[in-house]
Amino acid sequence: MTVAKPLPHDAALLHVTGQARYVDDIPAPVGTLHLAFGLSAVAHGRITGMDLDAVRAAPGVVAVLTAEDLPFANDVSPGAHDEPLLADGTVHYVGQPIFLVVAETHLAARKAARLGRITYEELPALLTIDQALAADSRFESGPRIWSRGDAAAAIAIAPRMIEGTMEIGGQEHFYLEGQAAFALPQENGDVVVQSSTQHPTEIQHKVAEALGLPMSGVRVEVRRMGGGFGGKESQGNALAVACAVAARATGRPCKMRYDRDDDMVITGKRHDFRISYRVGYDDQGRVQGIEFLHLVRCGWAMDLSLPVADRAMLHADNAYFLPHVRIESHRLRTNTQSATAFRGFGGPQGIVAVERVMDHIAHTLNRDPLEVRQANFYAPDGSQSTPYGMRVTDSIIGDLAARLAETSDYHARRRAVAEWNATNPVLKKGIALTPVKFGISFTLSHLNQAGALVHVYQDGSIHLNHGGTEMGQGLFQKVAQVAAAGFGVDISRVRISATDTGKVPNTSATAASSGSDLNGMAVKAAVDTIRQRLAEMLAQEHQCAPADVHFADDRVTVGGADYTFEEVIHRAYTQRISLSATGFYKTPDLSWDRIKGQGRPFFYFAYGAAVSEVVLDTLTGESRILRTDILHDVGASLNPALDIGQVEGGFVQGAGWLTTEELVWDDKGRLRTHAPSTYKIPACGDRPRVFNVALWDGPNRADTIYKSKAVGEPPFMHGISVLMALSDAVAACGPDYPALDGPATAERLLRAVRRQVGHEL
Amino acid sequence: MMEIAFLLNGAPLRVQADPTRTLLDWLREERRLTGTKEGCNEGDCGACTVMVTDEDGPKTLNACILLLPQLHGKAVRTVEGIAGPGGELHPVQEAMITHHGSQCGFCTPGFVVSMAVAHKLGRQDFDDQLAGNLCRCTGYAPIIRAAKAAADAPVPEWLDDPLPEVAHLPFRPETADELAEWYLAHPEATLIAGATDVGLWVTKDLRDLAPVAFLNGVRDLRGIEVTENAIRIGACVTISELGRAIGPHYRSFAELIRRYGSVQVRNAATIGGNIANGSPIGDSPPALIALGAVLHLRRGTERRSLPLEEFFLDYRKQDRQPGEFVEAVTIPRQPDRLACYKLSKRFDQDISAVCGCFNVTVADGVVQDARIAFGGMAGIPKRARAAEAALIGQPWSEATVSAAQTALERDFTPLSDMRASAAYRIEAAKGMLMRYFLQPQPVLEVQA
Repeated sequence: MTVAKPLPHDAALLHVTGQARYVDDIPAPVGTLHLAFGLSAVAHGRITGMDLDAVRAAPGVVAVLTAEDLPFANDVSPGAHDEPLLADGTVHYVGQPIFLVVAETHLAARKAARLGRITYEELPALLTIDQALAADSRFESGPRIWSRGDAAAAIAIAPRMIEGTMEIGGQEHFYLEGQAAFALPQENGDVVVQSSTQHPTEIQHKVAEALGLPMSGVRVEVRRMGGGFGGKESQGNALAVACAVAARATGRPCKMRYDRDDDMVITGKRHDFRISYRVGYDDQGRVQGIEFLHLVRCGWAMDLSLPVADRAMLHADNAYFLPHVRIESHRLRTNTQSATAFRGFGGPQGIVAVERVMDHIAHTLNRDPLEVRQANFYAPDGSQSTPYGMRVTDSIIGDLAARLAETSDYHARRRAVAEWNATNPVLKKGIALTPVKFGISFTLSHLNQAGALVHVYQDGSIHLNHGGTEMGQGLFQKVAQVAAAGFGVDISRVRISATDTGKVPNTSATAASSGSDLNGMAVKAAVDTIRQRLAEMLAQEHQCAPADVHFADDRVTVGGADYTFEEVIHRAYTQRISLSATGFYKTPDLSWDRIKGQGRPFFYFAYGAAVSEVVLDTLTGESRILRTDILHDVGASLNPALDIGQVEGGFVQGAGWLTTEELVWDDKGRLRTHAPSTYKIPACGDRPRVFNVALWDGPNRADTIYKSKAVGEPPFMHGISVLMALSDAVAACGPDYPALDGPATAERLLRAVRRQVGHEL
Repeated sequence: MMEIAFLLNGAPLRVQADPTRTLLDWLREERRLTGTKEGCNEGDCGACTVMVTDEDGPKTLNACILLLPQLHGKAVRTVEGIAGPGGELHPVQEAMITHHGSQCGFCTPGFVVSMAVAHKLGRQDFDDQLAGNLCRCTGYAPIIRAAKAAADAPVPEWLDDPLPEVAHLPFRPETADELAEWYLAHPEATLIAGATDVGLWVTKDLRDLAPVAFLNGVRDLRGIEVTENAIRIGACVTISELGRAIGPHYRSFAELIRRYGSVQVRNAATIGGNIANGSPIGDSPPALIALGAVLHLRRGTERRSLPLEEFFLDYRKQDRQPGEFVEAVTIPRQPDRLACYKLSKRFDQDISAVCGCFNVTVADGVVQDARIAFGGMAGIPKRARAAEAALIGQPWSEATVSAAQTALERDFTPLSDMRASAAYRIEAAKGMLMRYFLQPQPVLEVQA
């Protein structure tokens, strides 16, 4: 069977030869125009004048559009209708698009876009969490508060209590392919859009609104993205809509791609958080009661901030049973980029805070933090439930962490680290094991649906389409493996086609790690439908039950007969049996009340754990990851090679978030780190010098596609082990708990080291 | 417009080009060779990496900041030219598939080219060879596995490109004399050597640079001359060449250069450009100043020399007259006591927040001489005179070093910016001085 095989990515050959096409690589028709935005230079202000004469007069410029030139909706928000394509009189952050240049070349558009003379009446800008809190600038009327039991009372009577605060930085997606879109006008005012997006249906929806068309007048196609990571869930709307309105205005095809600096200045990033905690616990470190306060910097527009902040609350427990708990979350509106989806979708911020708590508790008890973590893990027997009332029936975290501790030689290495630190005054080592439990499903329950379309042609070749998008995660290959397994044929027979709103409608974003769970099931449903028709045909001929017809190894056997797959398909065609089917899937057993914070928002949990060891130079704060071991639960893997790829890549991205990736805004709200020269994602040499990744060997207990588990987001949180290992190294420099914030840059680390000897930098 | 001749994927070409057109734009827009990607358009991500062969052999360069005239007389291979003429995959391409080295695939063409060049050169220091290629998906591990797996495969012969015979280009002097005369007549011109900085004036500042002169044909500025007393480095020596040449003399300087940009950047950037550019960080100037390097300037037929530290006057202001250019830099030979410490947010391919270079001579336990220079601590690369004074004549001890650390506060009033705060810069600079004294095990050598 093709599932469970470690097949390469379906486009690997195209990738390595440079033939894989991304939006900007698709040959554009002669006459295609190119777009660029003119951007706000102030963080908050009323536009008092717009002199665009020089823009219009610039070489190659065909048109310049402002908000007044837009024929229909001026909105590119995913839902709240608070995000104009072009500023409508007020600007809310540095980098907000104000006008749109349409020119003969990309370079001409970029040059002209800088010639706009915009005058503003500047208004007070809220840039920080503190400023937004003071001004009560927020989304939703007040904080969301979820609780169970009486946290304050439990803390009051607990033998021990600590409190603390942690700053958690945001993160730029840095997908290697920047945002891009292309619009080709059709007859009758319709349009076909190619977009680098995780959410073709939303692109279709926003383009239709902007052109005054029904959604049926817009077709959106996505073959692949050069990385997404959540950054192309909603952030591609502006480019696609801009292309569509410019194409309508000029009658010509239009293409837009952001230069990297524009991309980083315009688009949203991971939300930064400040999380405070107060926890009561016993002498074994078991949590009795805990309170979290989440302060979330959402930026200027709502975008996806509410579900992101919800998911942070939903992961405040991570893998730990918190008997009495209260979580309060403030979604603050600031004059900065509108923070958006990013791998983990708030989960990492929620999890890193409770990992900090475990680490902090262990420090006060002078215990190995792993012991404290283990003392708080969810029981495997399903007797405990999450703070939001969902029973945890599939917890394998205790066994998984124990096995990882063994295979990574954690305990001996922890002793070796202590010995090293006792004899090395300058270089300090640290080690930490952190777990992950991540909830799988969209928390907006109705999004947990997917469709697929499967055709079998007369020659036995199979055309596969579904609503998921390919951003590098290998979804297309996994789903093709599902289709091939269903028909009992070789994968080479399955042709994977671009995601297309004209083939599968009303799709959800490829997000929330749901791609293979949802689309795999939808494809299986479509395949099963066709296979059942074939089986019934042969069963009738052979006077047996359809279940006695077997599909395997590109052959179909029934009774004593043995056909090639082609023979069966040809026979079905001549018997006028439909060889095309749609498939549909919706995740069962979900119910969720996000206001009360109660219910069963997730179908199941994915688990994993990581051990990282680091070395820290206490003279400068520089650090390196020496070794990382990961054991990760993907259920029964659909493709272990692709899954390991997600785990390795997710870890390094998570480690980057908490070490070198620092977003810096100045006091005018200008992002100072808007290119790879100043914003540093991990490079090759930053991966752990020793890097061991293994997959847990148990199937999903929930009834998912071939008992596999989602893998996109959960491994990202393994990067937290690096932060905790660094904290361990700093703890070796003095008596205090380091209380390390993220990202732990060399500067943060040196400050923490000096604080250990009472020296505040 | 000028006519440029080079080989593209094995085929000879003559191209009429705007002198500041980048190879990347030309490949994608004119040739529809879209395998070469634009990731950042500033030479930091490597998605546009191409293989360029000249008389010194093959090397990787970033096509996004490579201007077409720089290719005159050379051979270029893009990812489309890494596979064989019949579509046979290069061993690194095979290995990237087998080892799952691509996910989204957008960085992959750049990696494949970097890997193919490293493979051709027999380089197996993959972390260095690939430091200039960013990947956001894989975490690099499978890419390194692929590079290792392909290392022993034979080098495909189709990558051996002959170099085309080419005519002299008007904007491309071939001797220092020719350059000196031309520049004296056009002092407003932009001199372009590697274009690793000037390229960004084009791609990011969107500036028109005319008139320009391309220096990569000036052969007599490309020499490295080692005599009994000094090492003289021509201005057009690339940073890669400098790194190879300086290693036997100043090991730590070579290690600093290993972290200077990326392979792609070092293959293009020149020492003359690095100095004349006048960056406050400088990369090599702090090391050169600590070694007592002398700068040689030329204007027409006039030549003058000065200690390198005197060339840097103020932020982005140098002691250079209109029409005057850097001809060479000379490093006096001396026992190798130099230690260079570069501090950046990311270890590889990043700009220093602080770069400290230390050259202290101790005899009989007493400091005889000290030359200490920093980048990133002032508007210019600058000597730490007070710290030097606090060391000289004193016993080489922790107490003396501690006093010199305090003196650094008098030497520098650094800025706070997105790379580091002023307080941290000072503290880290002090830490570097202590590191020079204590000589602990380098972090890179520590094992789990």
